Amino acid sequence: MTVVKWEVRAGTYYDSVVLMQLQRGLLGLPGVADAGVAMATPANKDLLAANHLLPENVNANSDDLLIVVKAENDQSANDAIGQVDELLLRRKSSNSPNFFDFRPRSLSAAVKQLPEANWVLVSVPGRYAAGVAREALDLGKHVFLYSDNVSLEDEISLKKTAREKGLLVMGPDCGTAIINGIGLGFANRVRRGSIGVVGASGTGTQAVTAHIHNLGAGISHAIGTGGRDLKSDVGAITAHQALDALARDDETKVIVLISKPPSPDVATGLIAAAQGTGKPVVIYFIGYPPPARKIGNLQFAISLSEAAELAVNGNWELVIERKLPITNYLRGLFSGGTLAYETLLGLQASLSPIYSNAPITTNQLLEDPLRSRAHTIIDLGDEFFMVGRLHPMIDNDLRIRRMKQEAADSEVGMILFDVVLGEGSHPDPAGELVPVIREIREKRLETREPALSRVEGLEFVAVVIGTDDDPQNLQAQIDQLREAGVVVFRTATEAVEYVSLRFVTSKQSYLTPVNLDQLKQPLAAINVGLESFYDSLLSQGAQAVHVEWKPPASGNEKMAALLAKMKSKKEN
Amino acid sequence: MDIDNANTTAVNRLMEARPILKGVATARDVIPGMKDNLFLHAGPPIEWARMSGPLRGAIIGAMLFEGIAKSEAEAASMAERGEVEFDSCHHHGAVGPMAGVTSASMKVYVVENAEHGNKSFSNLNEGYGKVLRYGAYSEDVLKRLRWMNDVLGVALADALAASNGIDMRALIAEALHMGDEGHNRNKAGSLLFLKLLAPLIAKVVKDDAVESEVLQFIGDNALSVLNPVMAACKAMTDAAHGVEGSTIVTTMARNGTDFGIRVSGLGEKQWFTAPAEIPVGLFFSGFSQADANPDIGDSAITETAGIGGFAMATAPAIVTFVGGTPKDAMNATLEMYEITFAESKFFTMPSLDFRGTPTGIDIRKVVELGITPRINTGIAHKNAGVGQVGAGLVRPPLKIFEDALVAFAEKYQL
Repeated sequence: MTVVKWEVRAGTYYDSVVLMQLQRGLLGLPGVADAGVAMATPANKDLLAANHLLPENVNANSDDLLIVVKAENDQSANDAIGQVDELLLRRKSSNSPNFFDFRPRSLSAAVKQLPEANWVLVSVPGRYAAGVAREALDLGKHVFLYSDNVSLEDEISLKKTAREKGLLVMGPDCGTAIINGIGLGFANRVRRGSIGVVGASGTGTQAVTAHIHNLGAGISHAIGTGGRDLKSDVGAITAHQALDALARDDETKVIVLISKPPSPDVATGLIAAAQGTGKPVVIYFIGYPPPARKIGNLQFAISLSEAAELAVNGNWELVIERKLPITNYLRGLFSGGTLAYETLLGLQASLSPIYSNAPITTNQLLEDPLRSRAHTIIDLGDEFFMVGRLHPMIDNDLRIRRMKQEAADSEVGMILFDVVLGEGSHPDPAGELVPVIREIREKRLETREPALSRVEGLEFVAVVIGTDDDPQNLQAQIDQLREAGVVVFRTATEAVEYVSLRFVTSKQSYLTPVNLDQLKQPLAAINVGLESFYDSLLSQGAQAVHVEWKPPASGNEKMAALLAKMKSKKEN
Repeated sequence: MDIDNANTTAVNRLMEARPILKGVATARDVIPGMKDNLFLHAGPPIEWARMSGPLRGAIIGAMLFEGIAKSEAEAASMAERGEVEFDSCHHHGAVGPMAGVTSASMKVYVVENAEHGNKSFSNLNEGYGKVLRYGAYSEDVLKRLRWMNDVLGVALADALAASNGIDMRALIAEALHMGDEGHNRNKAGSLLFLKLLAPLIAKVVKDDAVESEVLQFIGDNALSVLNPVMAACKAMTDAAHGVEGSTIVTTMARNGTDFGIRVSGLGEKQWFTAPAEIPVGLFFSGFSQADANPDIGDSAITETAGIGGFAMATAPAIVTFVGGTPKDAMNATLEMYEITFAESKFFTMPSLDFRGTPTGIDIRKVVELGITPRINTGIAHKNAGVGQVGAGLVRPPLKIFEDALVAFAEKYQL
């Protein structure tokens, strides 16, 4: 047995949609079997009647609101009618509009929602990550690519595309970056400052930036590259872009470059690029022998914490005399084996390729000790040369002949040699070498095209090892050499630094500069993948949009393959 | 072939189409291929045996209206025996809401695309309650149809003949700024329609009583303008059809049994169909989801043209049909941008800072994102003649977009 209760609210108008909503609310109440809520127009009354919801003696017309409830018992019916106002009110309170919580499903829609976003964070599963990153680049956005399991081919092609467009691809497998004070991925909260970081190691970057903060200094930008960036195949594309950007960034006064062991050729290129920044650069290649503690504007750290300390407190009184750089090769002609070795160790980071008859690594071995190639360091005291001959510290003949041989090679731009004084050595090595140097110089000048300056001719650099008590008269030896135009140093370390700075080793291909304004704008980003990265951006006060990402065609591989074909068709 | 270029061409044709309501005429005189025993219906082609209740009811009603059959039983058995022909409205440049049944003697709106020259047609709107488009065919339904043909239709025909036509694109654009989305809500558009027609009707109708009756009928019906709006959308989407290499959807339509789409770069009569789904929404007193017929009607042509469910952001008043809030209305439109190729140059939404409505459904995006178009719709009772039981939201099955993608790849050898 059911009961029907009704209420008439005279002169109360509600839109039919509101009333249908109310009706649904009433139907959801306990004990309610049916309900009808409508303006009491003749048509509506007919409808109610057809559904046995029109009380016989009801008196209501078109301007009146009629509420009818059919329920199991009086109590339920009265309770339901009693809740009409609450139901009407409840709808209103849930109507407070917040128009900015739409979660786009595609990158292109996200870009429309937040056009000022310059960054896209990608942390989707690896096999989809390259596709998302490529789309981001197509849309002109920098990419923070947290995802791993991205193929090397994809990484190279993404980074080449990015380099052409002046965009950064940080990653894949990039854990950490700090752009304009906002941490991307995993990052510590550090104060803004004047130290820029280029990091091929996420936790390395975290350790260094945190330590810099703890030492009282701060970070301008920390740009991640991903662990594979410094492998030969990738060629440190991102690291080069990052160095270039930080070099141009006025806020950045000091740069820190951190990487797990880089490929030697890549290290060489990066060191050259670091030199080229003209800013103090602290380099820590973890597990890679530092060529020196300091070369010009570069300092080499031996730990993450020391890298931070050098960046904050390093003695950066720099006087880098940049003469026109030498573009030809170095030939080092040493009488002292260890001096040759230390020089090779110092120079291998910045001169590449470099060869020696006493190599550090096997690929540096000079096949024929009598014929130099590219950059070469010769140990003339090696057994090979010693057969039936006095040691070159006593007998200069071999070195003089080799000097002439090297000078005859027009590709040689610098000859580096040592002069070791002391008991047992030749009584006046400078006196024998200087006339030869003068002779070589004159001969070279005659044969060279007159337009070429002397600096571009042939430069002689000497390391003089000795004391002022030595029998050869140290100062007189040095003076003789200097008068002949030889650049003289007292240690191999100084010579290495000088030589490093005199050569151009960067063979960087064309690079479209990253737009610095994009780094300096308040960070706005689009997050595709891990939602925690989005939450973290918001909590740092950055503007962000999270893409509700799903695999293309929801993982339907047949459809995804078709779509991919249609996309590639577009590019043709 | 460049799909993006083709799609640009297609959506530009869609947007730049200029549908002008030129007149009202008898179907057999204006609709290409129309003949006395042919009954056009909404959605993709369907045979009698598979038709749902409301569509069968509307066919029976139209046969009675035409005088081809004398009774319901006779009409049904004639239909069963194949003595009358059926075809999709869309094969004849026509559209109709719900059952969309259009027969040779019916008066239809004639819309002409001033930009590209194609024509489109739609029947006249009967109003609410028991109506043919929901499958009702009782004597009062037929009586109203006759009045519409003999009185309303003649008045509209004369009125429009006395004008330069009504610019439907301008009317829709204005209505969108007045809270309509052009599909489920046409209150503002219908009043604009009445405003434009009233002086013309006053000029051409000599009898005051008839004039009053006609104006009252148009004014009382908040759906008066729906049919010309649909015809306008049809003129726009037809202009976008047949662009080689385009993945833009040019038709979405339902016949109460199947949901069908057509794609610009594929065939003229190449439909991709799957069983229509049952809309979700709010129901009139005494009705529930169990009474609902599967999705029916050509009115999804509005969404195909970039209004209706795609323009929900501008019509927050009706978002409650699916228990939503104005925020949901925003999100509905934002979601449709995900699967469309362009934003309308002419239909804008104040609430989104006058951004153009999402225009040109791209089957690639639908399949890639798994987002199907959102369609606002009336809900028909599953039994013939009961009428509308509610209104709500429906989406086409994803499968038909996947099928279309496969067919596209085959045709273009991708």
